[in-house]
Amino acid sequence: MSATHLHESAAAPPAKPNPLLQLVRRRPETITLALLVAICVAVSIINPAFLQPSSLVDIGRASVVMGLFALGVFIILAAGGIDVSFTAIAAFTMYSMTLLVKNYWPDAPIALVLVAATAGGALLGVVNGLLVHYLRVPSLIVTIGTQYLFRGILLAFIGTVWIVSLPPTLGAFGRLPLVQFDSGGRTITLPFYFLVLPAAALVTWWMLNRTLMGRAIFAVGGNANVAERLGYSLRTIHIFMFAYAGALAGLAGIIHTAANRQANPFDLVGTEINVIAAVVLGGARITGGTGTVLGTLLGVLLVVVVNSVLVMVGIPSTWQRVVVGGFILLAAAFFVFCQKKN
Amino acid sequence: MRTTGGQLVMLVVINVALLVFGAAISGGAFLSPFNLQSMAGQLPEIGFLAIGVMLAMCAGNGGIDLSGIALANLSGVVSAVVIGSFLSSVDQQAAYSLAFIAGALVVGVLGGVFNGLLISRLNITPILCTLGTQMLFTGLAVVVSEGRAVAVGSPDLLSEIGNGLFLGVPISFVIFIAVAGLVAALLKFTPFGLWLMLMGTNPKAAMYAGFPRTKVLIATYATSGLLSGLAGVIIAARNVNVKWDYGTSYLLIAILIAVMAGVRPEGGYGRVVCVVLAAIALQLMSSMLNFGGLSNFVRDFAWGALLLTFLAVGRYNVVGLLTPNKSKKLV
Repeated sequence: MSATHLHESAAAPPAKPNPLLQLVRRRPETITLALLVAICVAVSIINPAFLQPSSLVDIGRASVVMGLFALGVFIILAAGGIDVSFTAIAAFTMYSMTLLVKNYWPDAPIALVLVAATAGGALLGVVNGLLVHYLRVPSLIVTIGTQYLFRGILLAFIGTVWIVSLPPTLGAFGRLPLVQFDSGGRTITLPFYFLVLPAAALVTWWMLNRTLMGRAIFAVGGNANVAERLGYSLRTIHIFMFAYAGALAGLAGIIHTAANRQANPFDLVGTEINVIAAVVLGGARITGGTGTVLGTLLGVLLVVVVNSVLVMVGIPSTWQRVVVGGFILLAAAFFVFCQKKN
Repeated sequence: MRTTGGQLVMLVVINVALLVFGAAISGGAFLSPFNLQSMAGQLPEIGFLAIGVMLAMCAGNGGIDLSGIALANLSGVVSAVVIGSFLSSVDQQAAYSLAFIAGALVVGVLGGVFNGLLISRLNITPILCTLGTQMLFTGLAVVVSEGRAVAVGSPDLLSEIGNGLFLGVPISFVIFIAVAGLVAALLKFTPFGLWLMLMGTNPKAAMYAGFPRTKVLIATYATSGLLSGLAGVIIAARNVNVKWDYGTSYLLIAILIAVMAGVRPEGGYGRVVCVVLAAIALQLMSSMLNFGGLSNFVRDFAWGALLLTFLAVGRYNVVGLLTPNKSKKLV
């Protein structure tokens, strides 16, 4: 699917069943891909520096944490909910985990640290799931509450001091290279932790498309009442999906720490709108029941690219929010438009 | 539907209890005129936003307005920049103040109408729409102000609104109560109010009954936007400066107030008087935490816990259990 095909579909008369239009309707992420390609082509024409390996590696690096968040948000969105507490979960787990490892077991193996952070995030996610299930109110309101709760506990009772000297294993993990090469006298490194994103995406894809739980999540997103009558346990699904999103958030948090070589408890919270924007731009409907893992990843790339190229093409970075906000509204309007035609 | 005299009684009881408790732990200092005035002065900005959230929630169908504080900041920033380029806040104080207020209100209404159009005409889900416009409004405020704070200064009329007293009551608080009364009257005595609540109760029935859905939704979000504009004016009047990132925690607090006031997140029910009382209760608690010398982070934690508690109270009808006859569920 390329950008030129897309223009043809837009120009074609809308009354006739157009195969391209149908493709877009069935797989809305083609639009995301087309937009991404169009932006990349435009930017590389205006500023060829964009195609240098260094900026591409930068984009890859920047999309890891956001991609992990987005996969979690996507699961919840697919089931018809919404989550804004994941950044607080990530900040909470990354900071307390770093503190624990630093103070009690500085040589803890990195695999154990990652697993522990994931488990910690999952635990906080379970809290979300239980609250959403038993309070029976929109998950947006519940997770706004838990966001403040988790962040409040972190800052009020655990600590507010930046940790700049990480435990050695965590620091080494952040520096571990996957690919390393020289370009124009500078060494460019694609770090090893980049692999976590494709791995998590693969697991999420498998879970959604090959397991009963994935079926259940889309069923609940389509119509919760019908899903319940079909015998799916809403309680299990709610707890599972928030735990899954929490686990991904915990993992994203610890990777954020390793990548930035410091643990700042004030980090991450405030970026949730960007992540939700990415997932929605990837074609997941906010009312649930639709979306794909691939679309989510494309949405993440789109937001990361927009965030990093504005400066390259001479648009002041102050415009970043306007552009992303405008994209959200356009995408939302476009998807509604496609549905109506159906 | 449920009758909720109980919610009102509970909020009054909470307020009285907070006042008594505050007086007890502070040895009376909590009830000093100065402290009461300062609390009443801090209340309106968040109170306006909470009423806006309540209106959007009442409309049902997942209605919520997440763009409130962003729009309040945008209206303050745009008005300050535009009016500031024509008039001086030092030389033409009255003209500047009036123009600033008018400008902020116009921007607020325009932003609200924009939300309403997107939601009613394009059928975008309110959460998604206001999430997008929140970003858009904040972004525009950043662009217009180039990320800096914009000075408003303290021209006569404006600083009177921010800091003046009327019979010992802060003028901003008087304005807040008056506007809240107007919105309450709008909901109670006009067809708009009836349409809004019935539409929130059952959107499908409302459609078959031929309610002017588009107009009601636009009017709802426009009112919410107007209230954001008012909040923007009060913020500018009290702070001398306006900046795009003012009051980042207001979003949560506005929703918290609405939920405390018993507004149903699914739509169809909400009372302005309960929102005002809930806002007062929250302000009392906030000041009490200040008196106790606790950090802002403890306050964040407390607000989160409080929101979840009140959601539980609403869910399990605790109020109904405490006041037996009056507030049993009718259905």
